[in-house]
Amino acid sequence: MHDRNRIPEEVTIEPSKKLAGSEPRIGVFICHCGTNIAGFVDVKSVVEYASKQPGVILVADYRYVCSEPGQALIRDSIREHGLNRVVVAACSPRMHEPTFRKVAESTGLNPFLVEMANIREQCSWVHMHQPEEATRKAKALVGSAMAKACLLEPLAPTEFKVEPNALVIGGGIAGIQSSLDLAEKGFKVYLVERESSIGGRMAQLDKTFPTLDCSACILTPKMVDVGRNPNIVLMAYSEVKNVEGFIGNFKVTVTRKARYVDDAACTGCGVCAEKCPIKVPNDFDVGLGVRKAIYVPFPQAVPITHTIDKKHCLYFTKGVCKICEKMCPAKAVKFDQKDEDIDINVGVIVVATGYDLYDARQKPQYGYGVYRNVTTGLEFERLLNAAGPTGGKILRPSDKKPPKNVAFIQCVGSRDAEAHQYCSRVCCMASLKHAHQVKEKYPDADVSIFYIDLRAFGKGYEEFLERVQREGVRIVRGKVAEIYEQPDTKNLCLRFEDTLLGEVAEAEFDMVVLATAIEPRADTPTLQKMLKLSLGADGFFLEAHPKLRPVESTVAGIYLCGVAQSPKDIPDAVAQASGAASRATIPLIMGKVTIEPMTASVDEDLCSGCGICEEVCPYNAIEIKEIKGGKRKAEIHEALCNCCGLCGAACPSGAITMRHFTDKQISRQIETLLAPEER
Amino acid sequence: MFEPRIVGFTCNWCTYAGADLAGTSRIQYPPNIRIIRVMCTGRINPEFILKAFKRGADGILIGGCHIGDCHYLEGNYKARNRYMLLKKLIEQFGIEPERLRFEFISASEGNKFANVVKEMTEEIRKLGPLNWGGGKKE
Repeated sequence: MHDRNRIPEEVTIEPSKKLAGSEPRIGVFICHCGTNIAGFVDVKSVVEYASKQPGVILVADYRYVCSEPGQALIRDSIREHGLNRVVVAACSPRMHEPTFRKVAESTGLNPFLVEMANIREQCSWVHMHQPEEATRKAKALVGSAMAKACLLEPLAPTEFKVEPNALVIGGGIAGIQSSLDLAEKGFKVYLVERESSIGGRMAQLDKTFPTLDCSACILTPKMVDVGRNPNIVLMAYSEVKNVEGFIGNFKVTVTRKARYVDDAACTGCGVCAEKCPIKVPNDFDVGLGVRKAIYVPFPQAVPITHTIDKKHCLYFTKGVCKICEKMCPAKAVKFDQKDEDIDINVGVIVVATGYDLYDARQKPQYGYGVYRNVTTGLEFERLLNAAGPTGGKILRPSDKKPPKNVAFIQCVGSRDAEAHQYCSRVCCMASLKHAHQVKEKYPDADVSIFYIDLRAFGKGYEEFLERVQREGVRIVRGKVAEIYEQPDTKNLCLRFEDTLLGEVAEAEFDMVVLATAIEPRADTPTLQKMLKLSLGADGFFLEAHPKLRPVESTVAGIYLCGVAQSPKDIPDAVAQASGAASRATIPLIMGKVTIEPMTASVDEDLCSGCGICEEVCPYNAIEIKEIKGGKRKAEIHEALCNCCGLCGAACPSGAITMRHFTDKQISRQIETLLAPEER
Repeated sequence: MFEPRIVGFTCNWCTYAGADLAGTSRIQYPPNIRIIRVMCTGRINPEFILKAFKRGADGILIGGCHIGDCHYLEGNYKARNRYMLLKKLIEQFGIEPERLRFEFISASEGNKFANVVKEMTEEIRKLGPLNWGGGKKE
C-alpha cells in the first residue's frame, strides 16, 4: 500500500455517492498544468461539474497530474477508493495517454479503462480570451470522457514477434551511420540506395566546414565499412517499391534495378568504361564533367560494380557495340539482366532519403542557366574537388580561366515567401567555406558574400566566420536584385542594395555562386504514402514530437534522420542517424511489440454474412466463412486487423464492434456533448 | 448572438493532431466545436452524424487525412464517399447541407483547422439554430 501522506496537500477530493457491485467507479483527475489550463479554465467549477456526473466516486485536481506526485495521487486513489475507471482531464491523449495507462496498469487496473479529456490543446490554449466559454467547453469534454469511461471495457493487448532486421532507406551519410550503428549492435540491416553507389551528397563535397576536413577522406572509410560489414546487405541501385505491415513486421518489396553488370563478378577494374565510346554528362559532377555509358559515378564508389546507363548505351539505343562485354576480363557484363523484385521482412525502418536542391532557374533575376558563369554552390563544390571536372582548379565555365573576383549570393530559395519559408541552415557556412577556398587558391581574388543574415550557430562556426573575414572576404548585407551579363567578357554585373550603408550599388564579378535552398526530395510524397508518414508544412518528413521525439516518425517502428526530416549539416545528420538507430534498436532488442487491441469483433448472432465488411477492409483481415447449418458469418483475423473501424461503420446489421471506439461509447459521447445543460 | 453547437469527428492521426498543433501554437478559434476522437474517419458511422443532429448539433465537422495520406490506406476516401451521400440525405431531411462539412486537415495544418472552425462557426451562425428533432431523444 502506498502511504496516504504521499497525496500532496493541494489536492481537493470530493467524494460522491458510492456505487455498488460492478458499476463504474470513476475517478476524475483534473490537471492545472501549472497555469496552462488553470490560467484560463475555472478548474473548481469543472470539479463541481464532474462530481455531479453519473458513476463518479472522486474528483481531484492537481497542479501537474503527470508529475510523480500526480501519478501517485491516481495510483493511491485507485487503490483506496476501488476505482475501476480513470478519467484524466489534461493535455492531448497523444501526449500523455501512455503515461496514465501505465499508472493504471501499475495498480492492476486494465490500462484501457483510462480515458482522457483534452482540456489544454482543445480548450485553454485555443480559447485564451474566453475563459467562461473555455470552462464550459472543458466541462463538456470532461463529461464526454466520463460518459465514454462508463462504457470502457478491459482489453488485452496482443504481442507480436519482431523481425530482428532493419531497413535503412537512403545511403547518404545519415543512412550509412544508421546502418553501421544497427549492424554493429548485431542486427541485420538492408541498406537500400537508389543510386549506383552509396555516399550521397557528402560524397559530392570537397571539404567540410568549419574544420576543412576532406569530405571523401572522412566519408569513404565509412562507405567501405558498410560494404564489408557482414550484417549489412547493401542494395545499391535499388528502390523500395512497396511496404506493408506494422512495427516489428514490415513486409518490404525492393526493386533491384538491372545494372547489366553482374555485381558478384565485376571487380571494378574500369576497362569497360575506358573502352566505352559514349560520353555523357556526369550527374555526380552536377553535369559539369563527363562519364561513359558504362560507369562508376566516382572512383571510391561502394559497391564498385559498374552500371550501364541504358538511356545512352549504344547497344540499348542502336543495337550495336557491346565493346564492354568483349573487353571485360571478368565476363561481368550481362545485357540480359532484368529488374528484380526482392521481398524482405524487417522489424523497423529508418528513413534517410536526403534532399534535392532548389532549381535556381526559378529566380530568373539571377540568370542561372542563361549566363554561363552563374553557378550553384554544389557545382562550385565539384569545381573545387580534385576528382571533379577541372581537377580541383576553380575555372569559370565560359572561358576556363581562373576568376579574379567571385560573388556568393545567399538565401536563393530559402527564407523567401515565394519559395521556401525556412532557413536551409548550411548555406551560410558552405559559402564561407567556398570563399575561404577561393582565397586559398587565389589569394589576390576579390570575394564578396551577399547575405540577409549570416548564421554561424554551430560548434566552431562563429570562429570560422571571423577567420574568413580576416582573410579579406567582403561580407555585404543586402539582397542582390538583378544580375546581367557583359556580352563581351561574360562578366556579371550585380545590382544590389547594401543595407548597412543604405546605398544601391553595382559591382562586376567574373563568377557568381548561388547558395540554393535545400528542399525535400521531389518524390517525398510517394514514399510518404507508401510508409503512411506525415509531412510537415515545409514538405519534409514530420517527426513524432518536435522537441522530445525528434528521430521517430508518426508511425511506430519508422524512424527519421538526416535532411529527410529537415535541413541540417553533417554533424547534426550523423548525430540524428545514431539517435534513430538507437531508438530503432529498442523493439529489435525487446524482440516483441505490443499492438493496441482496439480490433474489430463480430457478434455472430447479428451477422448476416452479407460480406460488406470483407469488401471494405483494407487489410484483408475479414473473411466470410461458412459455419454449421450452411450459414455465412464474418470472421476477423485479429493479427491482420489495424483497428481503423471501416467495417464497423459499414456493417448494416450492427454486428461489428470496434473495441475502445464502440457505437455505444461514441453515441454516449454525442449525447453528453449535446446535453441541454451545456448550452 | 446565436452560438452554434458544432460536433467534430476527427481522426487520431491527422486532424486530431492538427487540432493539437493549433493548441500548442496558441492559435485562437471559436469555442463552439467539441471534438470526438476516432482512429479513422472511416470509423464514422453515418448514424453518428444523424444522432448528433437529432441531439441538437447545429453543425458537424468531419476531419481526416488528405487523400493518399490515410493511416489506414483508404479510410478517409471511404469516409468522403459516405459524406457525399450523407449530404444528399440530410438535405432530404430538411437540413441545410452546409451544416455538414468534411475537411482534409493534416497533422501540420493547425492553422487550417482553426480557420475551418472559424469559417464554419460563422456560416452556421448565419443559418441559425437547427432544432432538428427538437433535440429530443430518439
